[in-house]
Amino acid sequence: MICNYATLGVTTPLELLVSCGPTQKAEVEETLKRIQSHKGVIGTIVVNAEGIPIRTTLDNSTTVQYAGLLHQLSMKAKSTVRDIDPQNDLTFLRIRSKKHEIMVAPDKEYLLIVIQNPSE
Amino acid sequence: MFSDAVLEEVTVESAWRKSQESRCESRCCQTISLKAKEASNQACHVREMGTQTELNANQRTLDVDLGPLLDYPDLGQFLKRVEGIMIKELNKNWKSHAFDGYEVNWEEQHEQVTCLHSLQYPDALEQQLQVTSVSWNSTGSIIACSYGRFGDGDWSTEKSYVCTWNLDRRGFNANNPDTVLDVPSSVMCLAWHPSQPSLIAGGLFNGDVLVWDTSRTDDPLIGRTGHVGDTHTDAVYQVGWMQEKSQGHRHQVFSVSSDGKILVWQMEKEGHLVLLDGFALVAQQIPSNTKIHKPGRGDTAVGVTCLSYSHFDPSLFIVGVEGGYLLKCSSSVQTLAPINMGSSVPLRAPAQFTFSPHGGPVYSVTCSPFHRNLFLSAGTDGHAHLYSMLQAKPLVSLQLSQKYLFSIRWSPVRPLVFAAASGDGEVVLVDFAKSFQKPSLCIKQTASGRPVYCLEFNHAQSQLLAAGDGTGTVKIWQLSSDFIEQRARETALLDEIASEVVG
Repeated sequence: MICNYATLGVTTPLELLVSCGPTQKAEVEETLKRIQSHKGVIGTIVVNAEGIPIRTTLDNSTTVQYAGLLHQLSMKAKSTVRDIDPQNDLTFLRIRSKKHEIMVAPDKEYLLIVIQNPSE
Repeated sequence: MFSDAVLEEVTVESAWRKSQESRCESRCCQTISLKAKEASNQACHVREMGTQTELNANQRTLDVDLGPLLDYPDLGQFLKRVEGIMIKELNKNWKSHAFDGYEVNWEEQHEQVTCLHSLQYPDALEQQLQVTSVSWNSTGSIIACSYGRFGDGDWSTEKSYVCTWNLDRRGFNANNPDTVLDVPSSVMCLAWHPSQPSLIAGGLFNGDVLVWDTSRTDDPLIGRTGHVGDTHTDAVYQVGWMQEKSQGHRHQVFSVSSDGKILVWQMEKEGHLVLLDGFALVAQQIPSNTKIHKPGRGDTAVGVTCLSYSHFDPSLFIVGVEGGYLLKCSSSVQTLAPINMGSSVPLRAPAQFTFSPHGGPVYSVTCSPFHRNLFLSAGTDGHAHLYSMLQAKPLVSLQLSQKYLFSIRWSPVRPLVFAAASGDGEVVLVDFAKSFQKPSLCIKQTASGRPVYCLEFNHAQSQLLAAGDGTGTVKIWQLSSDFIEQRARETALLDEIASEVVG
């Protein structure tokens, strides 16, 4: 479902929420569920541009910690890539640690963070 | 005058038939039957409802659950955009073996285990006292040791000491402790407070439990068990601090003793430790799920020698007793123990499950900080046992010494590593990642073969291990890197070990 202000002919975000909320919401939950059910996935977090988590499958304190730290790190990574070459941009971030692999898909408005176990 | 007159006949029509007809006209008339109805009505529905919520002490800092109520513009589009690439990467990572066997070394590598310090207190050496217990404080920079005597059954009035050294202090002198606390009786055990860096509790041979504050120079003793009826009647083998329940809560200390009691003390003002809660182990109340021979009479107290709280369930603890048994205990029990020797608090019977015993008294038990079901025990039979809380038989049993084992501790950083103090004068390090049968390293602590009585990992500086021995020396060992760096999949391996429960 296309969901922008112009096509729907509404003006305020509130109206938008009312008019297209449920379907889009379901779609969002579906997508998150698909990712979460992937092999080895421990947690999925969506963070907004301010670094505030808006969707999560983890507990609160873990979510807040991951969201804050990974938001900072991806901003830093993004500016690093841009500073090296202004025509270039960060598209994806994978962090390998002893225990996990943390994947970050950045975007101008949101970050998708997925934490996965390393392979068997 | 008179004349005939003919009058016209007059006919009178008979009215008989007509009148008959008219009479026969039948009519009938009936009123509609009256309908009577009675009805009554009264509104008398009464409904009562009550609701109450409990105050949630654990207020969430940020209610992420609110999320689904709100809708964010373009979130769907964003997810649609990144889902493909994310799934691709997740697949790639799951199948990848690129990092197998790849190790990064961030820390300075220590190839070998080295002795950093050898701490001694000359007065204690003179009296030939043994180090009975060591403990690191919460910052990990102060080591405390207690002096006393093991294997000396006498009620001695010999003076003993608790000494502390700050390893990070300038002008640190291995033969001159920063603090020396004089104690009237042999000190058997020590424990620093888990978060307050200057509070330390100690248990004495005569049954007293003391608490010191080392930041107070004039009179560091800030608490002692006073009430005669409540105190232990035998040596205190272990003390420890209860987990802080909430802010502003008074400090609580637990102590275990060979008189069969586990007591919880609360710090009150005026320097008293007041009995708050207590447990007693009596032979008849020990669950007999394994075929064990119960020693002595039914109401004989079973001496407790060691205790370890679970890191995952605050009400669960494991105790080791003099008969060599290990008992799973719960602090939420209500059953009372059948002894009451003038104690101000009713003592409860905590034992829930008996594990198959060691060949002799158990001196040390330690719950795994990484797995909720695993714990280790060591005893006079020289064996270390790895148990699962779910079965009586040990998962692993390995002989680490020809003599006694006095202490055993899990590594705070490596899920598969533990250390044990042996009667042969060695500190034994075992790495399950390398072998289940033999220790990976034996460090000779005493040249004379005098036993090592106690050891403790440093939780703040994971490379340090302190061990105290029969010669009155505390040695600070710096462990080599392979004992402090966790490898990939170690916790998974631990899970595998724990799940090998024999049906």
